[in-house]
Amino acid sequence: MTQDFRLDNVGMVNREKKISFKFNGKKYFGFEGDTIASALIANGVHLVGRSFKYHRPRGFFGVGVDEPYAILQLDRNNERDPNIRATEQEIFEGLEVKSVNCWPSVNFDIGAINNFLKMFFPAGFYYKTFMWPPSFWYKIYEPFIRMAAGFGEASIKHDKERYEHKYEYCDLLITGSGPSGLASAYAAAKNGARVILAEDKPRFGGSLLTSDVNIGNQTGVEWTEKIIAELKSMPNVTVKNRSQVFGYYDHNMLVMSERISDHLPKTQKYLPKQRLWYIRANEVLISSGSIERPLVFGNNDTPGVMLSSAAKEYMKVYGVLVGKKPLIFTNNDSGYETAIEFKKNGVNPIILDTRSDPSSDIIVEAKNLNIEIKFSHVVVAAKGYKKVKSADIAKISDDKKELFNIENIECDCICVSGFWTPSIHLASQSGNKSKFNEKIDAFVPDKSKQQENTIGSANGIFTLEETIKDAFDKGFDVSNKITEKNNKISVPTVVEKKSTDHDKFWCVPLPKGKSYKRFLDFQNDVAVSDIELALREGFRSIEHVKRYTTLGMATDQGKTSNLNGLQLVSDIENKVVPQVGHTTFRPPYTPVSIGAIVGREVGKHSKPTRKSPMHSWHEKNNAVFVDAGVWLRPRYYKQGNEGLFEASKREAKNVRQNVGVCDVTTLGKIDVKGPDAAEFLNRVYTNAWLKLPVGKARYGVMLREDGIVMDDGTTTRISENHYHMTTTTAQAANVLSHLEYYLQLVWPELNVNVVSTTEQWAGAAIAGPNSRKLLMKLFPNLNVSNEGLPFMGYKEADLFGVPAKIYRISFSGELAYEINVESDNGYFMWEKIMEVGKDFQIQPYGTEALSTLRIEMGHVAGSELDGRTIPYDASLEGLVSKKKDFIGKRSLNRSAFTSTDREKLVGVVPIDKTTSIPEGSYIVKDPKAKLPNPKLGHVSASCWSVEYDNPFSLAIIKDGKNMIGQKLFAMSPLKNKTIPVEIVSSHYVDPEGKRVRS
Amino acid sequence: MLYINCPHCGLRSQNEFAYGGDATVKRPELNKEISDQEWDNFVYLRKSPRGKHLELWHHISGCRQWIKVERDTSTHEIFKTYKANEAIE
Ligand SMILES: [Zn+2]
Repeated sequence: MTQDFRLDNVGMVNREKKISFKFNGKKYFGFEGDTIASALIANGVHLVGRSFKYHRPRGFFGVGVDEPYAILQLDRNNERDPNIRATEQEIFEGLEVKSVNCWPSVNFDIGAINNFLKMFFPAGFYYKTFMWPPSFWYKIYEPFIRMAAGFGEASIKHDKERYEHKYEYCDLLITGSGPSGLASAYAAAKNGARVILAEDKPRFGGSLLTSDVNIGNQTGVEWTEKIIAELKSMPNVTVKNRSQVFGYYDHNMLVMSERISDHLPKTQKYLPKQRLWYIRANEVLISSGSIERPLVFGNNDTPGVMLSSAAKEYMKVYGVLVGKKPLIFTNNDSGYETAIEFKKNGVNPIILDTRSDPSSDIIVEAKNLNIEIKFSHVVVAAKGYKKVKSADIAKISDDKKELFNIENIECDCICVSGFWTPSIHLASQSGNKSKFNEKIDAFVPDKSKQQENTIGSANGIFTLEETIKDAFDKGFDVSNKITEKNNKISVPTVVEKKSTDHDKFWCVPLPKGKSYKRFLDFQNDVAVSDIELALREGFRSIEHVKRYTTLGMATDQGKTSNLNGLQLVSDIENKVVPQVGHTTFRPPYTPVSIGAIVGREVGKHSKPTRKSPMHSWHEKNNAVFVDAGVWLRPRYYKQGNEGLFEASKREAKNVRQNVGVCDVTTLGKIDVKGPDAAEFLNRVYTNAWLKLPVGKARYGVMLREDGIVMDDGTTTRISENHYHMTTTTAQAANVLSHLEYYLQLVWPELNVNVVSTTEQWAGAAIAGPNSRKLLMKLFPNLNVSNEGLPFMGYKEADLFGVPAKIYRISFSGELAYEINVESDNGYFMWEKIMEVGKDFQIQPYGTEALSTLRIEMGHVAGSELDGRTIPYDASLEGLVSKKKDFIGKRSLNRSAFTSTDREKLVGVVPIDKTTSIPEGSYIVKDPKAKLPNPKLGHVSASCWSVEYDNPFSLAIIKDGKNMIGQKLFAMSPLKNKTIPVEIVSSHYVDPEGKRVRS
Repeated sequence: MLYINCPHCGLRSQNEFAYGGDATVKRPELNKEISDQEWDNFVYLRKSPRGKHLELWHHISGCRQWIKVERDTSTHEIFKTYKANEAIE
């Protein structure tokens, strides 16, 4: 294996372990510990993608989270991951990645023609080019944009990977393991604090991995290893690598994504792919470091132009040369460190320094190493299309306005350093208003907003000595506030090279007659000329400029471009940067996979599934289930080839003719107890409750304060101060909260307690003309005659040794009873009912038959009590007491609620007695009327009446009372149906209610 | 995610609570004659202040008590929490 750009014996990758991987179908080798970027560069590959707008060739620009170019698509273990950064993704055996945003291939990209059509893609091209005519959108613009744009393709398959969430608390969270993070973690941990130290990269140490410094008597790398080993051994410390703290939320809640398996060929058993940590930290130390700023010059996006710190890290960490004829273009001392590293590895760099006469230790060192340095020099433009081949360089005047002696020199990479930008994102997310630091031309955090402090270069501190001292102090101070242990350890001595001031110059002027593109935002192709155009067109606010030009809006969120963009705006506007201000930093700091955000809440786990105690019986008897809130309920019990329609018709018919049994466990149940319970119910329900005797049930309706029906159900007086309330399945939780609200806040003087008992009772409704005969056999010792247990009566009895409660209530309109037993006895009860019921032709019935029965009877349910109806609309006005006050009563006097043409419940039958009316249909007078056709109301529920063997629906229509007998039309634009109908009474079956009382 | 100090349970994450709106609204007494205007104010009209706001939260996944929380609506700072029947300072 030959890797032309791999250095011998330099770097931290494991030379013992060779790893093969594929990039765009071609096989390459790297070593364990390589990223895709370092392995490709080692193989001399620099062309990895195309830019977003102009499809210009793209290489590598950085070495970490700031990477704007090298966004690839990864296939791993039959799963697809779009938008992974080549500079972060570690290679593993069998890894396959592809370039994105290029077609047909990265080497020959048709979209690059956009590069020659630049006039179509000026600033704001989104708003200008694709506007007219609107009809072009679907057929022409959108497909074109979709094919030409975007990074990667999301998989449409279900993601089989496992993602987890974890909740954690700590005294101190530290976001980065560079020198400041390590020092503060060490100081705080030694002082007894519970510490979490998070590092985004696989390796700890941050800048210590690449800088030539000593701490104590150790090198930066040795010191890092020692501190990490000691921290890992301490029980009060959690140390995490491959973990990015990406969001700082309210009340010191931070979220971190841990990439547990992304660097492995396959997720290990019992481990997730990624884990999202929700960390509530007492204190936070933000040690996220800083990102090197680019210098701006012509064609500065050519592959081979990259950050000088990245070039250094590729050498020192990965043992990889980014080029063999490097040009270092710098406005500060950092570029010299990279140059010296090249020189040490046998490569001769040339330094172009924008400063005229700087002097410092490191410049002296570079001179002593015989490195060629050109002061007052700049790169005017990079030359080469798919890779830098040479550079036009020039001498620049002291006022930085004029270029002299432009010459072309050969080079294969240009390493740029425009000084450093602190990563203030997390501090800013916490609410910290940043302030501009003139000395470093960048924003740094201002006063703490939450319990956060920023340390090290993230706070604009660029010398190691100061960083270490400050971090030890902060680590001690914040931990001591919590632990009060006063265990302060001494700060080690630091040896580093002192550097001198940077040059504020960062954007090379265009030479006369040239119109090179000078890019600010490398991912979104935003050039200096785009910002100039936006300002000429009148955009002033930096937030508007950002959105108009898309500066900083790509997946890298402008980590390398924001500050240069601000500088440019302030230069043109003749303002200082702080006057321009910066755009808002929002989470996430780096892209987070949707899978990690969702966690385990997928598929079946996205909500709890509640099952009644009789569930397994239903399963054994071919029940087809339906979701009812979080409950699973039998919709029908399938026999032979029956579908929903046939089965539900058979079940409903059997209730009308014989007897049926329905699992009603899911109904909400609330125990209401206390000496004031009757008074409380009297205020909650619209009807009267003070005189309900013990052993009797009553149907009740409750309203919201705005007069809208909230829920209905029966409540039974079990004993003097004990009521058993039932609610609909859907509203159970809301009703409980509602009752608690009034008891705790509005009428605390009422001595009442409420508690949910939904899960304590299993319920079976027995309905049909044979139900009394069945009951006699189930409870032979009980008088179940119409006198012994009348309609709305209540009894307690023994069901084959099991205590049971019997309520004579009916939802089906038939003679019916509801039996409740303790949940554990539910299955037993059900089996007994089925066993004994055989003689009476019993059949179980599901929710579909239940609906049919209640619709025929004109009983309202959720589809009528839909959050828009008052009692009158649902024909419940008979239950509204005129004598007493109750929740929501005053609202019923509002003029809109007393108007006579309110929509009201009616029945609807198709004239042809065969065509079913789709639910949701509109009722109209004239189906051919001009649109919008005035609607009289809507069909709320439909069924096939088993009593009359024809379709029947409920509808809520204007002036319903007076519409009975009218011939109208039901229209369903969705189903494209117009059905002539007759309006009838909503009480289609047994309007006198004889059966329930029989 | 807010960190709310339930006076009954202690500091708990926001996802255990349900928001209940303005805590200063007083329900008109039962059986009292009041104008439409007064009733509308009670049912519909709420102030939406920027800054300090006394509001109701229901500890639904905890003690099931309604509590009062004094919170800054723009910074989310929580100044104090009260039991349902506690006097507000
Ligand atoms: Zn609580």
